[in-house]
Amino acid sequence: MKPKHQRLLLALIAVVALVAAGLIAASALREEASYFYTPTTLAAANVAPGKAIRLGGMVQKGSIVRAADGVSITFIVQDQSGTQMVAYRGITPDLFVEGSGVVADGRLRPDRIFVAESLLAKHDENYVPKELADIDMNAAEHTKDTLSQ
Amino acid sequence: MIAEAGLAALWLAAAMALLQFIGGLTLLRSGAGQLIPLIKPAAYMQGALCAFAFFALMWLFYVTDLSVLLVASNSHIDKPMIFKLAGTWGNHEGSMLLWVAVLSASGAAIALLEKRVEAKTLYATLAVQAFIALGFFAFLLFASNPFERLVPAPLEGAGLNPLLQDVGLAFHPPTLYIGYVGLSVAFSFALGALLTNQVGPAFARAMRPWVLAAWIFLTIGIAAGSYWAYYELGWGGWWFWDPVENASLLPWLAATALLHSVSVLATRNALRAWTIMLALVAFAMSMAGTFLVRSGILTSVHAFAVDPERGAFILALMLMYTGLAFVIFALRIGTVKQGEPFQLISREGGIVANNIFLSVILAVVLIGTLYPLAAEAMGDKISVGPPYFNKATVPIMVLLMLALLIGPMLRWRRDDIMRIKYWLIGAAAILLCSGIAVWKLAPDIGIFPLLGIALSLALAVAAWLPLRGRKLLRTPLPVFGMVIAHFGIAVSVFGMAAESGFSKETLTALAPGESAEVSGWKVTLGDIKPVVGDNWVAVEGEMVAGKNGDTFVLRPQSRQFFKPEMQTSEAALLTRWNGQLYAVIAQPDQEGDGRWQVRLWWKPFVTFIWYGGVLIALGGTISLFGRMFRRAKKPAINKWERA
Repeated sequence: MKPKHQRLLLALIAVVALVAAGLIAASALREEASYFYTPTTLAAANVAPGKAIRLGGMVQKGSIVRAADGVSITFIVQDQSGTQMVAYRGITPDLFVEGSGVVADGRLRPDRIFVAESLLAKHDENYVPKELADIDMNAAEHTKDTLSQ
Repeated sequence: MIAEAGLAALWLAAAMALLQFIGGLTLLRSGAGQLIPLIKPAAYMQGALCAFAFFALMWLFYVTDLSVLLVASNSHIDKPMIFKLAGTWGNHEGSMLLWVAVLSASGAAIALLEKRVEAKTLYATLAVQAFIALGFFAFLLFASNPFERLVPAPLEGAGLNPLLQDVGLAFHPPTLYIGYVGLSVAFSFALGALLTNQVGPAFARAMRPWVLAAWIFLTIGIAAGSYWAYYELGWGGWWFWDPVENASLLPWLAATALLHSVSVLATRNALRAWTIMLALVAFAMSMAGTFLVRSGILTSVHAFAVDPERGAFILALMLMYTGLAFVIFALRIGTVKQGEPFQLISREGGIVANNIFLSVILAVVLIGTLYPLAAEAMGDKISVGPPYFNKATVPIMVLLMLALLIGPMLRWRRDDIMRIKYWLIGAAAILLCSGIAVWKLAPDIGIFPLLGIALSLALAVAAWLPLRGRKLLRTPLPVFGMVIAHFGIAVSVFGMAAESGFSKETLTALAPGESAEVSGWKVTLGDIKPVVGDNWVAVEGEMVAGKNGDTFVLRPQSRQFFKPEMQTSEAALLTRWNGQLYAVIAQPDQEGDGRWQVRLWWKPFVTFIWYGGVLIALGGTISLFGRMFRRAKKPAINKWERA
């Protein structure tokens, strides 16, 4: 093989590999990227059960129900105009309380109950799940601002 | 006073960078060399001034000078001393100062240590290094001043995120930064060589130790970060495909590819353009990582401040440097001659396969990391998590492992696949036997854990084969380095596959005296005691874990920090040679019935993941020493042989 051809061939292989990477990424994204919903948008959207999604909102006051096994809970996530029932089994994150903001990763069951695989709650005044910043009226301020007041 | 001195040092260092840049530029532009005698001293001064500024900030944290805004926002008078010091880089401004300090130190190190490249190339390299530094000095001085004063000074300070109050934090960020920013040397060298027409084996040999050193630090930093996330977050996972983790993985992937291609360039004078390209990509990924972590566009313990202005500043810097670098690449690459040809079945061919698979993984991870940001810019809120990354990267990693079973056995330039036919048969036999054995043992473990175990076993053998037929005493150290690093990959992959395929979890609520079981371990909850720390209180559950007559005590805690207020889980780990028992206890709920939520995992061979990481870094270190002391070592070994 002439040197010139080898360089061309290598460049060609690199291009093919990158196109392959793009295709792999696109197909995996189509199946696995999870969209963010609030209870309102989730009710309006036609989301197939079993598809990975994220749900964000506030934990409705008085809605947390603990099961007898001590590790399963159900609660209602609400936003301005909608609610969604959520089931979760596991240790709830720090500061997961009624009235706090929460983002849940999970899937809808066929009976439209959202089964959360993980919960992300508001941690402290510096750390709010990004999706909640728009919803939570008491959105976090940077320490700098709170300090200099 | 100290704060003002630190700030002044930063301004002076920026001036040194400007001098260093102009000196190199005039040499390149017109060949005028009046400023040449100043270039190296400017690089030393820049490094020293930045080190001074960094230690000044550290001093301010040491004495907890609350009249400095950064200290007041991130430290607290009651914090333990080690975390006061570590707090220096546990925040946005401080970590950017560390970033710049490492960048300047790298520049000074090139000026001091690099003797192999031509003088003109060295000056061009230093000019590029100074040019990068200038941008980040501007960022520090205009948008992230770490020495800003706060009037009036508060009385106690706001504290540091408790998750970051961990010994791991003291070492993880500096290690990672040395790796991250150390790649700037590869970037500067690549541009320096391009600008002075020196792309060839000599330049590759000069660049190789720098890439190796940065890569070693990156490897250690990533492994340490992964272990920190594993025991500190209390979620039992060791890699979350969090964008911040990806930000460190991306430069590592590029650096790993670069490390291999630079060997081809140094040894065989091939893959010239490709090596230059990888050197540029590697540091571009470092800057992209810095942008992702420091711009505040991500939610994470690492994203300290949400400030769009800073994000835009870093983005602009990153686009400018990457854009300029690729313009220079496009303009100059025509002058780089075609390298030596090689056949498909050869060591070069194997390394090309390595590079392609690593690049594809890099591209897939990069797309998955950036896609949510792009989608958000267009109004969609999307998250891309482990399901995407596992699905898209693991199959390519399998191909990479397959290439690794064969590649290091091949000869340079051309080889005959029939020459290694016995090894191919042997590898196939190991893969088949171990695959079937695992499948019989656990029919439902899933294809990738099964493949992972089979491939890691085959690689654990394959890794040592390049030593076959060599006289061990005369074998160059870098060959040992390669062998150990590849064996480390086998160890690490074995741990990952065993952990993901065979982990057992028990989640339950226990009252004191009750027990739970996980994978043959009987864990009994004993007393629950309050514990008081420097700046936290905790409940500590004493757990007695027993298996086959042995009993051990585990003490997981659920901690409540005061400043800032936050709860964290301190997992308790019991390490055995064949895995870890991982126990977490949660605070009781308000309407509690006397039971405590307890989460137990048995994670077989999980420690192998980090042992492997240590071996990989060790292999790199041995190789680095071999390269640095090559000339000194050779005669000594020969003498010994003769004797």
